[in-house]
Formats: sequence, C-alpha cells, structure tokens
Amino acid sequence: MAYKNFILVCGGTGCESSRSDEIYRSLLKEAEALGVKQDVQIVKTGCFGFCEKGPIVKVLPSESFYVEVKPEDAHEIIAEQVVKGREVKRLLYQKDKQAAGAKVEDIEFYQKQFRIVLRNCGVINPENIDEYIARDGYRALEMALFEMTPEQIISEIKASGLRGRGGAGFPTGIKWETARKAPGDVKYIVCNADEGDPGAYMDRSTIEGDPHSILEAMTIAGRAVGANFGYIYIRAEYPLAIERLKIAIAQAKEYGLLGENILGSGFSFDVEIRLGAGAFVCGEETALLQSIEGKRGMPVPKPPFPAIKGLWGKPTVINNVETLANIPVILTKGAAWFASIGTEKSKGTKVFALTGKINNSGLIEVPMGTTLREIIFDIGGGIKGGRKFKGVQTGGPSGGIIVEKDLDTPISYESLTALGSMMGSGGMIVMDEDDCVVDVSKFYMAFCVDESCGKCAPCRIGTKQLYGLLDKISKGQGEEADLDKLEKIGKAMTKASLCMLGGSAANPTLSTLRHFRDEYLEHIRDRKCRAGKCKDLVVYEIDPSKCIGCGLCARRCPVPCITGEKKKPHVIDGSRCIKCGECFAACKFGAVIKR
Amino acid sequence: MAKMTLEQLRALRESKQKELDKRSVEGKDIQVIVGMGTCGIAAGAKQTFDAIVAALEKHNIADKVIVRQTGCMGLCYVEPTVEVVMPGMPNVIYGKMTSEAAEELVVKHLIEHSLLDSHIYDKPAVDIMKR
Repeated sequence: MAYKNFILVCGGTGCESSRSDEIYRSLLKEAEALGVKQDVQIVKTGCFGFCEKGPIVKVLPSESFYVEVKPEDAHEIIAEQVVKGREVKRLLYQKDKQAAGAKVEDIEFYQKQFRIVLRNCGVINPENIDEYIARDGYRALEMALFEMTPEQIISEIKASGLRGRGGAGFPTGIKWETARKAPGDVKYIVCNADEGDPGAYMDRSTIEGDPHSILEAMTIAGRAVGANFGYIYIRAEYPLAIERLKIAIAQAKEYGLLGENILGSGFSFDVEIRLGAGAFVCGEETALLQSIEGKRGMPVPKPPFPAIKGLWGKPTVINNVETLANIPVILTKGAAWFASIGTEKSKGTKVFALTGKINNSGLIEVPMGTTLREIIFDIGGGIKGGRKFKGVQTGGPSGGIIVEKDLDTPISYESLTALGSMMGSGGMIVMDEDDCVVDVSKFYMAFCVDESCGKCAPCRIGTKQLYGLLDKISKGQGEEADLDKLEKIGKAMTKASLCMLGGSAANPTLSTLRHFRDEYLEHIRDRKCRAGKCKDLVVYEIDPSKCIGCGLCARRCPVPCITGEKKKPHVIDGSRCIKCGECFAACKFGAVIKR
Repeated sequence: MAKMTLEQLRALRESKQKELDKRSVEGKDIQVIVGMGTCGIAAGAKQTFDAIVAALEKHNIADKVIVRQTGCMGLCYVEPTVEVVMPGMPNVIYGKMTSEAAEELVVKHLIEHSLLDSHIYDKPAVDIMKR
C-alpha cells in the first residue's frame, strides 16, 4: 500500500515545548483509529524555522502549511485531509485574515531564504539515517574516502571560501591545512556545539534537525587532516539535540559509516559526545579544549593555536556546528558552486536566530550579502505592534547594536565588524522604541560578569566596573564623566583581555554609546528613561481627570499603594510604589500615566 | 544491518531516494489528482490510487509526478475520477478510472502525451481549478 499523504511535524525544541510531540502522537493515534494508518506517513522532522507560528505541521503532497497547531487538531487533520482529501483551512498560515491559505513558497518568511545548512531541517526525520542517506547523505564521505586525496579535500574547502561560522570567520580550509601539516600522529577533530549567546539557537536546531550532517563532516575533516577521533562538545541544556546525536552515532556505527574501517576504505574514525555544564566561556575554543580534558574551562593564550597544539597537546581542528554542516554540500556540489553564493569575501549562507520585537521570530538562512533590512522587514515581517525600529543586536553579548541608517549594509564578516558589531554565531535580537539602550547594555554586561571565568584582570575587573557604572546610570545617579569612563575601560578590555569573551564584552556598551549617547545623557541629566525600562527613573501617576474610580488598579496593585474612594479619582503613593507596572496595564481608561 | 560496503551504501541511497522523492514536490510538474470523496472511494478510488503509484514506479516516472487526492469532483456517475494536470497537455478529468485503467493512463497520457478518449468526461470545473 502506498502512502497518499505525508505529514511532517516539527520536532525542534521550540515546537516541542508547545506540545508538538503530543501532536505527533495524536496524529498517529487518529490515523490508527480512523483506519488510515497505511495511507499516511507521519514524520517528526527538525525545525522548520518559522518558530513564531509554531508548532508547524506540513502535509504533502498538497503542501498544506499548518501553523499554531494543537494536539486537538490532530483528529481534524486526519479525518479531513487524509480521509477526505480536504485541507483544514482554519489552520493554514494566513498573513492577514482576508488572504487565503498560503503555500510555503508564498510565505514571505521563506521567500528570501536559501538553505544549505538547514537543507534537511523540516524535511527528513532526523532519527532515521536512511532519510539522510536518501538526500545525498554520506555521498561526500564516499568522495572523501574513495575519490579524493586529503590534499584535494583541503584545497576544495579552501577554494569554496568557507569561513568559520562560530563568529570569528577564520578560513576553514586554512585551519584544516595547518592541522594536516602540523607534526604528530595523533590528531583530533572537535565540533563546537557550545552555543551560549542569549537568544541564539542555530546550532541546536541544526543538530536537532540534521545530526548526521555533523558526523559526516567530522569524518571528512578527520580524513583531511589525518585524525581518527573526534569530540562533539555540546551543552547539557540541549537534551533533545544530544539525544538525536546519540541516535545518529549509533546508526552510523551500525552502518559502518563511523568506527573501524569505514566502508572498507581502511580509514577509521570515531566520535564521542562531551557535555558542557553551560559556561559561556567554554564556547571559546581554548577553554572548550580545557574542559574536554577535564580541567576547569578557562582560555589559554594563543598562539600556539589549537591546529598546532590543541587537545592534549595534539593538533586539533575545532569547528563550529554550522561550519561543519556546510562541508558535505561543498564536496557534493563543488567549491565553485559554493563560492558563487555570497559576497566577495564571505561565501555561502548564514543562519540567524531572529528574535526580539519582531513579527516572525524564527530560524532563517540567507545568502551572505543579504541586507539587514531584508532580514528584519521582509523575512521577519517588521516590528511587532507597528512600533518603531530602534536597533538590532547581532553577535549577542559580544556584538553591537546596528541602527536604522546602517540597515542597508549587505551582511558579511567585514561589514558587520566595520559597524562596530560582529557576525557572531548568528543571534539577532531586534529592539524597538520601547527598549532602553542603557537597560540592554546593563543586561549584557550582567551576563558577562556572570560568565567571565576570572582568569584575566581586564575581563574580571572590567566587566564588573562597567556593570557598576551602567547600573548607576540606570538608577539616575550617573555623572557625565561616567560615559568617558565606560569608553576608557571598555577600550582597555577590548585590547587587553585574554580571550574574546572579555575582548568583546564592552561591544554592546560601546556601540550603544556611539549611537545613542543622547539617551545615556538623558538618564544622567534629566533622570529620565524615555523607554520606561529603567524602573528607578519611572514614575507612575493617576490623572484625576481621567480616573473614574473603578478601583481595578488598586485591586491589582501587589503592594498595595493605591488608595481612593469608590467612583472618585485614586492616588498612587510614590514612596511605596515598586514600579511593577500592573496598574498601568490594568487601567482601561488611560488614567495611569508613566513618566 | 551490518556494516556496509560502498556498493551497499550506494544501493541503499538509490532505493531510499525513490522513497523520499514521493514526499518531495520539487521539480514535479505533473499532477495526477484522484477524486476520493465517499463516492470515489466506494467505487474503488483507493485501488486506483495505488495502481497509479505502482504504474508510475514501473515506468520510472515517479520522480516527475505528484499524486494527490482530492474530494468529490462532482462526476459521481463515472467514479473513480482522476484529473491530470501537466504542461503541454490540456487539463482533463477522466472517469471510470478503475485500477485496471490506471496503467493505461500513465502510459498514454503521461508518457505518450495522448488522451484516453474513452475515459474523458469533463474539464475541471472553475471552482475546482482556482489557481
């Protein structure tokens, strides 16, 4: 019996947390109950990327793209679509209420995207190696083992122009070549899956959706540099990704695609998973290697670079998840094809995790050279609630804010650095006029204070001092001289820190100071936070002319500090107010004023 | 499965590729749509569907064709009904498409580009063909 329909259910962490696993199980149950189990194949895939509208369910061949699906909808999907062949119209994605259900290619979210890294995400079942193999999986490994010499593999990767996707953008081919030429008979391949930026989930989703691509790429890297062992360093907070990796490793070993004498080629390669405890600094490669060795995760000075002297003193190639996911495609489609995508110096695509005040938050992949405006306004669908765009933070706590006037810059490693930010690993947090730059800088600095490993003084002391200054400004106690101090300390940290955690920790502060100095000054001179985010500078009051005395605010107030007679204007006692904003949100008459 | 050789991996890829291709809609510009309302199913549309899929595989054109199901096309008197949409050919609804007629449809219409005159009953009604 042939399948008439295929139902793909998103099994990424985002959708799983909104019960996609329950949807998957309900669909199976309904198919069984309605006697159509033989007619429909139900597959749990990796992330579709359109997380804003998750959980996503896609039905083929009709290409019905269902959004915000609930487990209760399973019956209707099976009963209507599988049994009767009718789409469930109410679940189809609609941009506005009038528009009819859109097909995937009509959804503007997908139109400007180009998927290399995420080629299999949302397409195959990540827990089934056969589906990966069917999509040209392990074809690149065949080439690497039987059709190419290690030197040819390296020259192909060099020719492709692939650069490290972890953020720094070092040419991958040169890294491999250095490790190949480094003396030593034992060498290692390490996959850096310690994704730590707040709001970033590119690597997690790639592993969850396509774990075999990482294993294949690591084996190819092993063949190219002469390594027989690899480690995947992944944070323990990614249980689903870890689970899928384990399944993938077991399947690859069973098929003989990993382990001794792969496909009879005589080449052996094995992989182990190492779990990180969630320290941001362990995403720094030297600290990561220390952690694998069982030591405290702290960076060590470079050089020597890991490619010369890495894990246990042996030459080690350490590549980010996204970098590795590109490798198999570069071999199968050729370096020239890959190099034809992107800009002059930044080739290929980049995956971004789009979050913040944006309509379509989600996981996207675009060719290098796409502008931020296209990403935010075309793919991302613009700012939530029609608010005004203020800036976008790329590169997480290591990056900087990019403002309206620079939105038309084509994205590349160089262009983002020139704007005082960086490519980073791909987190992209969009801010609107309700976000305060002092507050945002303070948030990132607090993160860096927590995550600094404390080994070098510029980072350990610098982050703490910058946080203190930012905190002071946010409380309305800042002085104008503090702004110069922020810049002076920040620049010193950038120059003197041992690793990039400290070296880039001041970026959010320095870049917001550059673009929004007036807002900092407002906090200092006028004791005013225009976005109303800095609690200490906000005052809540009740406009007596608008207040009808309904008493709703007083009932909501957790202190309580709002008093007043029924049907008479109420009053907030400012000295006791904790500025939680409950009254502001509760008032239906606009009588509560935030100043 | 035990450890594979290169040949086994290639053979597995080829067989699985065909399986996965059925799911994909990319590059498939021929659509065969089987009317599977209650009337169609009662008249044997399920068997027709399977026979079409089997015939596509037999004649090696499964990678070019999407086979989908739809509801009743309104021609209940000649069920099972099958609509074929492909470039270079008029859209046609065939009736009385029993599983035996399925292979004839695949060979004549899809491969030889000629119509099955004895089975033509209607062109698609406007409301069915919205696109």
